[in-house]
Amino acid sequence: MPAAAEPSPLVELRAVSKHFGEGETRVDALVDVSISVFPGEVVGLVGPSGSGKTTLLNVVGCVTEPSSGWLRLNGEAVYDQRWLRRDLRRLRLEKIGFIFQTHNLLPFLSATENVMEVLELAGASSADARARAVDLLDYLQVGHRKHAMPSQLSGGEAQRVAIARALANRPRIILADEPTAPLDSERAGIVMDLLRRIATDQKAAILVVTHDENIFDRLDHIFRLRDGRLESTEKRTGYQNDREARSALERADFTVSHASSPP
Amino acid sequence: MNLAIRDVRHNAPRFALTTLGVAGLLAVVITMMGIYEGALSDALRLPRASNPDLWVVQPLTKGPFAEPSRIPRDTRDLIRRMPGVAATGAVTFQTLQATTANGKPLRLFLQGYEPGRLGGPPAMIAGHGITQSHYQIVADISSGLRIGDQLSLGPHSYPYTVVGLTQGMVTSSSDPVAWVTLLDAQAIQFDVAPSLQRREKAAGRPPIVTADINAVLVRLHPGVSKAAVAQDIERWKHLSAVTEQQEEDYLTVFVISRMQKQLGMFMGILIVISAVIIALIIYTLTMDKLRSIATLKLVGAPDRTIISLIVQQALMLGVSAFALGVALTSAFKGYFPRRVQMEPRDIAILFAIVVVMCLLASILSVRAAVKVDPATALG
Repeated sequence: MPAAAEPSPLVELRAVSKHFGEGETRVDALVDVSISVFPGEVVGLVGPSGSGKTTLLNVVGCVTEPSSGWLRLNGEAVYDQRWLRRDLRRLRLEKIGFIFQTHNLLPFLSATENVMEVLELAGASSADARARAVDLLDYLQVGHRKHAMPSQLSGGEAQRVAIARALANRPRIILADEPTAPLDSERAGIVMDLLRRIATDQKAAILVVTHDENIFDRLDHIFRLRDGRLESTEKRTGYQNDREARSALERADFTVSHASSPP
Repeated sequence: MNLAIRDVRHNAPRFALTTLGVAGLLAVVITMMGIYEGALSDALRLPRASNPDLWVVQPLTKGPFAEPSRIPRDTRDLIRRMPGVAATGAVTFQTLQATTANGKPLRLFLQGYEPGRLGGPPAMIAGHGITQSHYQIVADISSGLRIGDQLSLGPHSYPYTVVGLTQGMVTSSSDPVAWVTLLDAQAIQFDVAPSLQRREKAAGRPPIVTADINAVLVRLHPGVSKAAVAQDIERWKHLSAVTEQQEEDYLTVFVISRMQKQLGMFMGILIVISAVIIALIIYTLTMDKLRSIATLKLVGAPDRTIISLIVQQALMLGVSAFALGVALTSAFKGYFPRRVQMEPRDIAILFAIVVVMCLLASILSVRAAVKVDPATALG
């Protein structure tokens, strides 16, 4: 029986460097960083402040142009000494989901409208966008708050709405910047379990910038950065015991819905 | 989904207050435009009321509304006998301060005319025209006079009685127009006090007798060329003859133009202030949501979405303020102490100016928003 083919990485960086400024003011934010993230993996980018975590996230998110190296996303070469795609915004809209430390929901849109907005930007009709937004909010157990404005949501609810927004266009790459920072440890664990499940169900690659050591055991890999360099790569056993995960989720005041995968 | 409407709804109190402020400024602009149009309309009412084909005035002058004109009274007879002339009327004009029966001063623009000839009051809303040679007056209702009221004019102690009322007949200065007989008007304007006549007699000079008129109104037979008759009058009678259209042009170009410039300057200043207020509030609203703009850019929103958000908000503010300004002016123009005449053409021009003003006001905010780095959304 032939061995199963190795899946291609969804995120692949090779020898990526990024510096800001020149001469005496030059700062090397990233130096020859090479990482790969495969479908279904949740990886952590950890390191002290100024180690290059957010710069790395910006590079993968096609927001910051590297100084050198190459980048491949979802099998498509995106950067090789220069951007290979002109429409990076479209790439972000369709291929990448973003989750922020402070949720960054648009304060003038309701929970549903925040999710709808990215769907409409991608070309969905208003009716389709609304239906999918409501499904996603239901899936994330915040459907009952769909009309609420961000200022009326608790931290956990706002973060789940932000996750719904990140999932709206079914991206296979999700970038999360300190997603558990504003949450207590129990809710932080639940959010990570949710990301874990999304990675598994959608075969998505999720990169999480975090300082929170309590969630390290929910990660498949930990990439440690220091002074812009990849200091170490640590493979974790992961948090793949589905029964244990479900039981943890059910203990919480909100759980992933009975649906086995995101709508 | 319209982001601009959602954001405006989210900032409703701030938006509403700004709209109210800008609407107040635009209401002042609309009122000023209305005052100008009203003054123009008022200025043309008197010459149009008589509706002559030609105005015959002192040589080398431009008519009684543009500059002083004095011509002999028999000019009317000279003109009446010219070929092509159907009707004439000798008139005088003067602004004076009358005194009502209860002693209150009343400023009037007095026109003397010969009853039965050109130059009399237009259709009256009450009473009748002048039926006696002396001491009857027809006045515009804006003077506050009523039929039967009595008032003193000039040096004469004998009271004039109001016998007829017109409506809407005021000058460009909003002075009500009144009509008396030419004889009365000449007496009021030119009579010399008895003591002065005695002094002239003592000095051996002839008595001062003046019975001049200011202009002769001329109506021609149908088909007769105004230009030809005007040329004949100037060549053979040594007088100036201006057509009705020229007289209106003199009024609008020379008399009203200063008001137009004054009001135009105020309107310009107010429009600039409105633009600055709109620019300021749109800029503030934009600065408040820089993080939202960065987030939108990060998740893939194109620049046109951001620009549209800002420009639409500026237009919503300007158009709402404009509509409110028009409504306010319409509601309160009746209380203004001058005629405020809102012309659809002026309103349309102001609307176009407001739209351009909003677009210009949003430039600063659009520049700031386009420069936002999406990376700032990630902290």
